[in-house]
Amino acid sequence: MELTVGPNQFFWSADRWSTSYAELVQSPVDRVVLGEVVCSKRLPFYQDRIPEAVSILAEAGKQVALSSLALVTLKRERKQTADLAEMGVEVEINDLTALSYLPENTPFFVGPLVNVYNEGTLGWLAARGATRVCLPPELPLDSVTTLARRGNELGVVIEVWGHGRLPLAISGRCYHARMHGRTKDNCQFACEDDVDGLDVRTMEDQPFLAMNGVQTLSDSYACAAYQVEDLRNAGVKALRLSPQSQGFSQLCAMYRQLLDGQIKPADIATFSKQGDAPVRLSDGFLTGARGVDWSGEDAGQ
Amino acid sequence: MVMEIVCPAGTPASLRAAVKAGAHTVYCGFNDETNARNFPGLNFDRTEMREGIQFAHKHGSRVLLAINTFPRAGDEAIWHRAISDAERCGADAVILADIGLLDYAARHHPGLRRHLSVQAAAANADVINFYAETFDVKRVVLPRVLSVPEIAAINAETSAETEVFVFGGLCVMAEGRCSLSSYATGLSPNMNGVCSPASHVAYSEQNGVLDAQLGGYTIHRTKSGESAPYPTLCKGCFGAGDKAGYLFEDPVSLNAEQLIPQLQKAGVTALKIEGRQRSRSYVAQVVRNFRAAVDALEAGRDMPSGMLAQLSEGQAMTTGAYKKTWR
Repeated sequence: MELTVGPNQFFWSADRWSTSYAELVQSPVDRVVLGEVVCSKRLPFYQDRIPEAVSILAEAGKQVALSSLALVTLKRERKQTADLAEMGVEVEINDLTALSYLPENTPFFVGPLVNVYNEGTLGWLAARGATRVCLPPELPLDSVTTLARRGNELGVVIEVWGHGRLPLAISGRCYHARMHGRTKDNCQFACEDDVDGLDVRTMEDQPFLAMNGVQTLSDSYACAAYQVEDLRNAGVKALRLSPQSQGFSQLCAMYRQLLDGQIKPADIATFSKQGDAPVRLSDGFLTGARGVDWSGEDAGQ
Repeated sequence: MVMEIVCPAGTPASLRAAVKAGAHTVYCGFNDETNARNFPGLNFDRTEMREGIQFAHKHGSRVLLAINTFPRAGDEAIWHRAISDAERCGADAVILADIGLLDYAARHHPGLRRHLSVQAAAANADVINFYAETFDVKRVVLPRVLSVPEIAAINAETSAETEVFVFGGLCVMAEGRCSLSSYATGLSPNMNGVCSPASHVAYSEQNGVLDAQLGGYTIHRTKSGESAPYPTLCKGCFGAGDKAGYLFEDPVSLNAEQLIPQLQKAGVTALKIEGRQRSRSYVAQVVRNFRAAVDALEAGRDMPSGMLAQLSEGQAMTTGAYKKTWR
């Protein structure tokens, strides 16, 4: 099984952004997808750093792809999305808008925000040129198994959300801006201080969601460590790791060790739940009754 | 041309009430997971659908059939059967969201008109044209993320018809791209046709305080005796940083009746009313009001004002994303 690093979902400063990709040069990951998925207003802050990141990662032998924006409404966003097709790097579509700009028979990746729920959709995308599909995180293991089998028949690599806060929703409204009494057009980049999203808690102060501009994420960090064997047996060929501000390089290295049988799932859970920035984990979309559920040995602790 | 009023019908009785009240078009679904309002006791079996469509046609109304969830891997046959039954029942169009299903319908039922569901979240002219060219989609239901000027710009760039929501429940997130409900309850709009399902709602009252929970998460707290809103996830009360409140959206519903003239100028073909779960008397009343509004507009008369306020059940109303400041 391979490891793919997904696009950073958060608003990071250009320096933090560059440093994080420079660190991945040494990391045992096979593929890096980068670029802006969430908010087009963030892109100008680090756009000029992208060519350098692409080049150092490619030189280090990583496959590199550029991600498209999840929700494209404005003229400027349509242009940004259309321009991706001209960059000479593989495109990962996160909305069919991006596909509308790709000439027929151009190979492309499909990101987790495109609704690939069944064989018909997978088959249509494969016929259009999709070579790799990261399935929507919402899918249960049964669906993943069926789609991985079909993907193997079609020659499409199936990837699954392996680790990181789950992208649960995207909106036209910016919640960070709204919380600060602003509108999206005058947001003053209210999201920039929350490098892993802003925790959203219930009336009883339970951690529940995370706010990230126009995106809503899970509070918990999805972790497929306990499902690696099932996913491998199903024919899933890669796990996607979603960038986080703390300990990401080490996390990537640990997933490589897990896939190579050198450490156990509990080691990743322990690492995530301790240290400087402990987080809550979930794997319920794959195997639980609901997305937030966690099946690890430490569940309930 | 007079703007088309597209009304919800969750039952055969509602369908008849909507048609009699003057609905140009009614939309409904089969009573299974193929439609995005898969609630107990709601929707149509095959016989009811055929008879409902015959009734509508006899009275000069059209019927659109929503098959707008995303088929489960391994079970696509259920959704394929729904499409073929829709054609057999005489539906005027099917409303679809899934790419595989659009492709299937275009290849196997080319004569059955296809509309793109709001669940596909097609939010710009390029992607709308892509759907129109690739799957011969004739009409697109626009996601509730666009302002009126943006809708006008889209219509200037596409020949597909557009349909927009004007009244009823309001999704805050881009539809078809939200897993909040399955994260908290295991059941989602995309896969199960439900959001924040009643089966996972619990109320508890203690010391004069009424808590409303969804999937075990307390997302509303009111004083006993006050009316407690239904705990829909995106309209819940939350805390973040040093703020607390309705962080995503207030418990409001959409009412864009006063924007109808602007929507017509923006080139919109059809006005959609949400609420297949609503009673037939509610449906009839909303239809009558909207029909009166578009007829007045067509005749050059002033729009009746504030006609629907009493139907919002005390809820606050919003014009949503149609005004840019909503964002």
